Amino acid sequence: MIALRIDDIPVQAEPGQTILDAAKAAGIRIPTLCHLPGLSPVGACRLCLVEIRNWNGKLVPACATPVQEGLDVVANSDRLRELRRTILELLFAERNHICAFCVANGHCELQDLAAELGMDHVRFPYRFPPLPLDASHAKFGIDHNRCILCGRCVRACSEVEGAMTWGFAGRGIFTLVAADLGDPWGDSKTCTGCGKCVQACPTGALFEKGRATGEQEKRPAIVAALTERRPRAQG
Amino acid sequence: MPKVRVATAWFSGCSGCHMSFLDLDERLLEFAGKAELVYSPIVDIKEFPDSVDVTLIEGAVGTSEHLHLLAEIRRKTRLLVAFGDCAVTGNVPSLRNPIPRGEVLHAVYGDGSIPGLEEGEVPQLLPQALPLHAVVRVDHFLPGCPPPPDRIWKFLRQLLAGKEPELAPQDLRFG
Ligand code: SF4
Ligand code: SF4
Ligand code: SF4
Ligand code: FES
Repeated sequence: MIALRIDDIPVQAEPGQTILDAAKAAGIRIPTLCHLPGLSPVGACRLCLVEIRNWNGKLVPACATPVQEGLDVVANSDRLRELRRTILELLFAERNHICAFCVANGHCELQDLAAELGMDHVRFPYRFPPLPLDASHAKFGIDHNRCILCGRCVRACSEVEGAMTWGFAGRGIFTLVAADLGDPWGDSKTCTGCGKCVQACPTGALFEKGRATGEQEKRPAIVAALTERRPRAQG
Repeated sequence: MPKVRVATAWFSGCSGCHMSFLDLDERLLEFAGKAELVYSPIVDIKEFPDSVDVTLIEGAVGTSEHLHLLAEIRRKTRLLVAFGDCAVTGNVPSLRNPIPRGEVLHAVYGDGSIPGLEEGEVPQLLPQALPLHAVVRVDHFLPGCPPPPDRIWKFLRQLLAGKEPELAPQDLRFG
């Protein structure tokens, strides 16, 4: 067992566990967005940043940092709250989030976190980028206006369904998730139509057709449930 | 105690925030006991009065007229409140923002001479519908599309009592 401290509470963790796992086991909440149990951690959104006191206050993503003996972790502080709020504001400023008539209104992890972290407005200028919506798939659609590039769809499709339909195309703020080599999703030769990407998506970016405003509820826990039921060979 | 001088204004919004305000129902009596509504789309006063304590503005800044009125309101108001998502984020009116202004107006009014492209009988449409705080200093933000009456009341009551309004996470939700 590895002994560390999180928010001044002594915590025991297994080797290989992340700071996020250890905190969760100790009942300490750290907000996450790109992390989804059952998928590999990527540390993409930085919402789970924590401070390591005995590393000179260095900031690390809790979801992608393994526990180490003697770590002194700050999971909640004014500095972290301010950083997390700033990250959320940047996510909102980067695309077009119009919650009032989003399919995921009321069931969106981004919207929930903004409320939880006290984001009453966005201090950065909105970019209002012109972005497409792809409704070519028979069952699903993707609205890039709502995408936060967390990659949960990409990982669910490759790591759980094994279809590898989704990937990232472009660079920086011009990045878009893309099916196959940028074809319309409906023309994809790899997509099995399983809908795991839709369930994994934390926002209204991926949705089932026929859902109106506020109707798209997600079941992201399905990913962990599936991976637990069919454990992979240990290697 | 003198009554708090309150104003409300309506920019690029659907009036839903004002409807939600009217849905305060019997609480409007308590409001009337503590506040005087000195300017609002629901009272017949044309000029924005001097020395207003609190002004709630619904809607995004979408036209040249909003720009002028916003500057005047800011000058004459102690506490400016962005009232509802359109005022706080741009929300629905900002849907037009990625599209060039001329294209939007032609799509609505057809070909030929169209109102709003230039300053004229109707005010000029700004290139983008912006949240209030992109243009002036805003003191408080009251999100929601529209903010539910309970949320408005929680917020207003604190303001009318001379307190800094504080909203719990569940009252900060957009949408
Ligand atoms: S994805 Fe979430 S945050 Fe974005 S518009 Fe939809 S409900 Fe709002
Ligand atoms: S529906 Fe399934 S196979 Fe198709 S892209 Fe989504 S996860 Fe991949
Ligand atoms: S589509 Fe959804 S799951 Fe995929 S990257 Fe965008 S927000 Fe994340
Ligand atoms: S949840 Fe850890 S970086 Fe996104």
